[in-house]
Amino acid sequence: MMDRTLLERRHPFARAVGAQSNVWRIDWVLLVAVAALCVIGTLLVWSSTRTWAAGSTGLVKKHMLNLAIGAVLCGLVTMVDHRLLRAYAPVVYLVTLIGLVLVVTPVGTTVNGSHSWIMLGGGFAIQPSEFAKLGLVLMLAMLLAQPAEGTDRPRVLDVVLSLLSAVVAMGLVMLQPDLGTTLVLAVIIAGALILGGVQKRWILLLAFSVVVAAVAVWLLDLLEPYQVARFTAFIDPGVDPRGVGYNSTQSLIAIGSGELFGKGLFEGGQTTGRFVPEQHTDFIFTVAGEEFGFFGSVTVVVLLGVVLLRGLHIAKQCDDRFGTLVAGSIVCWLGFQSFVNIGMTVGIMPITGLPLPFVSYGGTSTFANLIAVGFLQAIRIREQSF
Amino acid sequence: MRTRLVVLHVLVLTMLVVLAVRLWQVQILRGDEFVHAATETRTRAVVVPAVRGQILDASGRPLVRNRTALVVSVDRTELIRMKDGGAAVLKRLSEVLGSPVKLLERRITPCGPKVTRPCWPGSPYQPIPIDLKATTREALQILERQEEFPGVTAEVQAVREYPGGKAGAQMLGYLQPVTQDELDKREGLKAGFSGVDLVGRDGVEAIYDHYLRGTPGLRRVQVDRMGKALGVEKQVAPIPGDTLITSVDARVQNIVEKAVDGAMKKAPKADGAAGVVLDARTGRVVALASAPGYDPAIWTGGISEKEYQRLLSERAGKPLVSRAIKGEFAPGSTFKVSSVSAMLRAGYPINGTYGCPGSFMVGSRAFNNFRGIGLGSLTLHTALVKSCDTIFYKAAYEQWIKDGGLRPKKPPKERFANMARAFGFGRPTGIDLPGESAGRIPDRTWKKNLWAATSADNCRRARIGYPEVTDRSRAAFLKQLAHENCLEGYLLRPGDAANFSIGQGDVLVTPLQLASAYAALVSDGKLRSPRIGWALVRPGGQVVKRIDVPVRGKLPLSPSERAYIKNALSQVASDGTAAGAFAGFPMDKVKVGGKTGTAEVWGKADTSWFASFAPTSKPRFVVVVMVSQGGMGGSTAAPAVREIYEGIYGLKGQPPAIPDTKLPTIRSDGTVAR
Repeated sequence: MMDRTLLERRHPFARAVGAQSNVWRIDWVLLVAVAALCVIGTLLVWSSTRTWAAGSTGLVKKHMLNLAIGAVLCGLVTMVDHRLLRAYAPVVYLVTLIGLVLVVTPVGTTVNGSHSWIMLGGGFAIQPSEFAKLGLVLMLAMLLAQPAEGTDRPRVLDVVLSLLSAVVAMGLVMLQPDLGTTLVLAVIIAGALILGGVQKRWILLLAFSVVVAAVAVWLLDLLEPYQVARFTAFIDPGVDPRGVGYNSTQSLIAIGSGELFGKGLFEGGQTTGRFVPEQHTDFIFTVAGEEFGFFGSVTVVVLLGVVLLRGLHIAKQCDDRFGTLVAGSIVCWLGFQSFVNIGMTVGIMPITGLPLPFVSYGGTSTFANLIAVGFLQAIRIREQSF
Repeated sequence: MRTRLVVLHVLVLTMLVVLAVRLWQVQILRGDEFVHAATETRTRAVVVPAVRGQILDASGRPLVRNRTALVVSVDRTELIRMKDGGAAVLKRLSEVLGSPVKLLERRITPCGPKVTRPCWPGSPYQPIPIDLKATTREALQILERQEEFPGVTAEVQAVREYPGGKAGAQMLGYLQPVTQDELDKREGLKAGFSGVDLVGRDGVEAIYDHYLRGTPGLRRVQVDRMGKALGVEKQVAPIPGDTLITSVDARVQNIVEKAVDGAMKKAPKADGAAGVVLDARTGRVVALASAPGYDPAIWTGGISEKEYQRLLSERAGKPLVSRAIKGEFAPGSTFKVSSVSAMLRAGYPINGTYGCPGSFMVGSRAFNNFRGIGLGSLTLHTALVKSCDTIFYKAAYEQWIKDGGLRPKKPPKERFANMARAFGFGRPTGIDLPGESAGRIPDRTWKKNLWAATSADNCRRARIGYPEVTDRSRAAFLKQLAHENCLEGYLLRPGDAANFSIGQGDVLVTPLQLASAYAALVSDGKLRSPRIGWALVRPGGQVVKRIDVPVRGKLPLSPSERAYIKNALSQVASDGTAAGAFAGFPMDKVKVGGKTGTAEVWGKADTSWFASFAPTSKPRFVVVVMVSQGGMGGSTAAPAVREIYEGIYGLKGQPPAIPDTKLPTIRSDGTVAR
């Protein structure tokens, strides 16, 4: 057969991206939405960091480099057959666990009160907890993808193992401490269990135990004072407008003052005056709110929605349980993180240190998010290949 | 699994809708509110004070001008908000400025009943200037380390400077910080005032404050969250205040100040003096001096409690009070111009001769001429030149009887009192200065009012006497007096009428009133409200407003009657009571006319007066000098007046100081074209 010999003669990479390749079956809408978010994010990062020093472009350049690396990672992951990932899921999970363990040893570095970083030198650092999300997604999907004989529900042992791997990861992240990421991990396990077809009573039991745990945490005073303060400030930002309420108040002012069309890129006075803390990372959405207005910020929300809905679509279309679980968990993760992040900037969620996927400045988080998109694409490419 | 994916789908869509709705709420529904909040947090409104207009003399010489100074101010409201009440900031500031923390604290404490100077008399909600003489080094230390000095600023500002020193201090007035009361009362001020803004508190600074102040500018500065200025968002440039050109001549003012000071030094008991020079033809003020004086520079930058108390103290002679417009004194014989006029209106012939005995019986009491000397038969002309008293006693007594004596049946004509009123006595002249006194005309109504106010006390004294007075005969006299006052204090007694005719007794005038009256008499017979301000000029040169001299009355005398009186006064300096003081004065060059006055004050030395005009043919200047407790008019006040004329006309070899009569032109660059 002509085709076959032709294919065999060609270079593997040429084969991978050639006209006949699966690569062309990626979800283009997803790609465009993610790319748009990345472009918007770059502009926002530029706007919020340009006043740090006269004509400062250092951070935005670094962000673009991060995006480039992330895009390459995304592309590579796209080309990997996700069923191969299934085989390596435990390895990935263990590697991320080692990362988390390293962080709590003296190798880790504290930034902004969280001991979450490993310095790589040359100004680069990684945040293993971001990769832990990926590791956990793969690990849970692997464990829960194999249904018990004759049913479409996972085996009890697998469920227990799933819970165990989630608890270990969450425990290590809690040690940093990083409440936001812990919650994301919790959402991932919850999502995976639900999507994995775990029986309702299990889910109810889990939900109940979460409530009990939450009450226990509250009663036993396990939360750091600043976390309690953030929560009270969320309930009533007026409590201490110059202290913990400051972030919420300034964030609302910045977004609200954007009104319908915003003040235009680089024209936001609140952004220029750097009134909102952590504006290039966790509070990046305030820049969108102020400079692009209601239209711009809703556009960001819609683009995120497109990403999530495409993710769900991919999950639905995928024939194998592993793919569906990976895609579904990723949607849970990105959806939760987006909602909490934007929610806190508009005052409907308490302040937790979570970046806005694809938009916030960040290295590891950008990599992790784009790799997750790579997973989605990889699943999409092969969803109908059987 | 599929159904659970649908649940997730719904969750995602819900989430999107929730966020979109919330964004709609925040950005559209409450957008305005947040725009407002953003403007408040992001910008600071900085009031840019307008440069206050200068005050110039008639030739454009500065009487009050501005000098730039580096001013360090503290925003008290910002300090209070700090945890330690700003103690740390003040401590650092005291190190930079080299003044004790205690002093800084006092200077930013608002004045109150128990808080004495150096407290802050202005509004507590505005930056308070604490150092008006900061060096560049100090200012830079503050500006460069702004984060260590929140609420502290150092700016270049204009502060008042007085090239003439003490000269005309009371007339020029002074500036003080605007108070919160004033801000609250005057709506327009609130927007237009910065913390270092001052309002004119006295003198022309107060009267022309509105013009001099200008319109402050506003700069809306964009700041970052540290309060560092990022740029100017909006700027409204301040409009500098108008320049006030006065009719005062700085040289003449100095001459008058010197003459008045000299007169006070020569009279050992003198406790105050005033000198007034008016332009007789226009009614404008050429010089207005009051002694003792003070240097208004002490107001600049917050006056100390000690200095403030000194300004108000009796011992220092209350230098803040202008005796020229606020001092009320019996005018003595200078008042006879009014009495002569009253006689003419009462029908005494102008060409008649009148007996001037050494003493005249008013009722049962003898009223004497000066030193009891009789001068025989006199015309009214000579009566003025020689200052005969008995002629006026007689006329006043006759008129008093004609009016019905103690208990008039029909409304009395009160010729003498009404003529005094026509000369402008008994009410303020209306000069462009605040706080002018009215003087006093003791007529029947005044007596009644006074009795109503004092009879209770008098009647009590009439009953109980004066047990605290040790001199028994004096105590008895006082008791008798109280008894009389209690019974018939409301009556104008014949002695009151006689005393009034020669400017004695209860009649009081201010030096300015006398000058204004003489100006009307020797010019066109019109009584004017003297004016210091001549014109208000934009800093660029164009005249905003010429200040007219309002006419407020007309003397009820015919031109020939006025000429008659003027001619009589014209002889006083050469042949009359002031001849001694003007001995050797070149009357051929400048003929000076006038009238001396020596008013007796009970328990004190006489008030010395000389009211004059020159040249007699067509008078240009009216000069009045009054020395409180100065003694005889001819020996204390008249020599001072002579000195003033010598100075104005350059009769002692020095260059003359004739004031300009043409408004000086201010060039567009602010300099004066002479």
